[in-house]
Amino acid sequence: MAELQIGNPGINQKITSAGKFLLKDFKKHKYVYIMLIPVLAYYVTFHYWPMYGAQIAFKDFNPGKGIIGSPWAGFRHFETFFSGVYFFRVVRNTILINLYGLIFGFPAPIILALLLNELRSRAFKRVVQTVSYLPHFISIMVVCGMIIDFTAKRGVVNDLIEILGGTRSSLLLKPEMFRLIYVSTDIWQGIGWGSIIYLAALTGIDPQYYEAAVLDGANRWKQIWHITIPGIAPTIIILLILRIGQMMNVGFEKIILLYNPNTYDTADVISSYVYRKGLLDFSYSYSSAVGLFNSVINFSLLLLANWISKRLNENSLW
Amino acid sequence: MVVKRKIGDYVFDTINIILMCLLIIVTLYPFIYVTFASLSNPSAMIAHNGLLFAPLGFEMVSYRMVFKNPMILTGYANTLVYVIAGTFINLFLTTLGAYALSRKGYYWKNFFMFVIVFTMFFGGGLIPFYLVVKTLGLTDNMLALILPPAISTYNLIIMRTSFAAIPDSMEESAKIDGANDFIILYKIIVPLSMPVIAVMILFYGVYHWNAWFNAMIFLRNRNLYPLQLVLREILIASSTDSMTTGVGGLDKEPVGETVKYATIMVATLPILFVYPFLQKYFVKGVMIGAIKG
Repeated sequence: MAELQIGNPGINQKITSAGKFLLKDFKKHKYVYIMLIPVLAYYVTFHYWPMYGAQIAFKDFNPGKGIIGSPWAGFRHFETFFSGVYFFRVVRNTILINLYGLIFGFPAPIILALLLNELRSRAFKRVVQTVSYLPHFISIMVVCGMIIDFTAKRGVVNDLIEILGGTRSSLLLKPEMFRLIYVSTDIWQGIGWGSIIYLAALTGIDPQYYEAAVLDGANRWKQIWHITIPGIAPTIIILLILRIGQMMNVGFEKIILLYNPNTYDTADVISSYVYRKGLLDFSYSYSSAVGLFNSVINFSLLLLANWISKRLNENSLW
Repeated sequence: MVVKRKIGDYVFDTINIILMCLLIIVTLYPFIYVTFASLSNPSAMIAHNGLLFAPLGFEMVSYRMVFKNPMILTGYANTLVYVIAGTFINLFLTTLGAYALSRKGYYWKNFFMFVIVFTMFFGGGLIPFYLVVKTLGLTDNMLALILPPAISTYNLIIMRTSFAAIPDSMEESAKIDGANDFIILYKIIVPLSMPVIAVMILFYGVYHWNAWFNAMIFLRNRNLYPLQLVLREILIASSTDSMTTGVGGLDKEPVGETVKYATIMVATLPILFVYPFLQKYFVKGVMIGAIKG
């Protein structure tokens, strides 16, 4: 395209040619631009308008006065959050739930994919896959409904605890149980679906490597260790980095369905705190500040993760 | 190539098969338990301790109770509207966007691409979003569940990747015949893209079937509730209330427990029935997405 340079004597001519160029581009691709109108209207309305509205984090938002009319508050809401008693709790819980998810939840689909890959019977492999993907499609409401019923004082989990010699208790009322319940049911729901991407990576490994290894007398463990795992290592590394980029991000849906005031101490995360403060207590500006803080941290972590991923193996998100 | 299998191989295979069988049991047993419990006699179920390997008796009383609740049928009907109308709008907008972004050589393409992809990584947050939907007057309106999730950027990218893979030569001749982009999209791209369109229908359809949060924050009128929100009242709200007051919700009414399980069955059976047939399409969608990611 034509460049615009201020102070250049030919500036008028350049602006005209830039305008001509854009007009020509628009005419030539008229229908493509027309198609984009509703799509961009959607993004402006439901994504960029809220970003514009996020400025209420720096204001004392009053619905009657609107965004523009509400007075500025500077960083006061952020200061209130950082110096408040809940800051440490929600940040710690967010990180700990992610950390447990990283330690136990991240390797689970990799192990499943490796084991599936070693199954000799194709039919059995397909059965295991079909069954293990299923929980992914069950609504979070049904999953949480089952968790609540099973872990209730008279529920089946407590029946088993009693048979094994323990005592009954409402597990969702115990703060020390919340993370275990949250992470283990996450694994239950996600292990099969998460393995798909690794299975896809596994199909890219050249079978000749295995044939050569067998000739060299490598057993199954050695084949997995020396061929399969290195073969899917790039996929593992990218997903691991992305996962670490999500360390400050826990969705609120499952949390707000499972937690209660008894377990806030271990269960309340940043997103659930934003939801409660904003939509139940109507502290719009304060909770927007907390949410904005979280979004900025998440975005920075993601940029960092992407930068590391780029340096490591020339794979990046964009 | 025939290689003699060693003892170690047999041990490995056996352990592997046992582990996989355990996974199947752990995944399926909760559903089996719910099925058996929903068919059981309510008082027998109360007295029972431990796992179920068959229904305790065989009674439909719990299911009758479920359908006595008018909200279940209302929720079902509303969810059907949300799934059909929502998925239709999703498909329309996603197809337009995916086609436009898969074209080459127009000036603003990279800018628009950035504008769209950026929203995957950064957003204004829950409260500003809530205020926008409120400002638009969509509270207590079915559109509140249809318009805000009208495009999933992730799905848009999947579809764009798939459209971009169609060879240019297919459209060249149509262009020479004077076809514009709308005609190319409708007559050439869409018929060639039925597999990815199927994936989109499934992804969006399941999204609408399972969605509840927008409904919870934007709907006050119970006649507009989708099924998942009705489920929330039956499965979650009742028990959290009783949990926090310290009284076991299930102790209060003997029929409650089996009715809850029957409710879960009623809400899950449609997914369980269609799932085996649609599973391969879902997997295909993840594969297309994985290539890009």
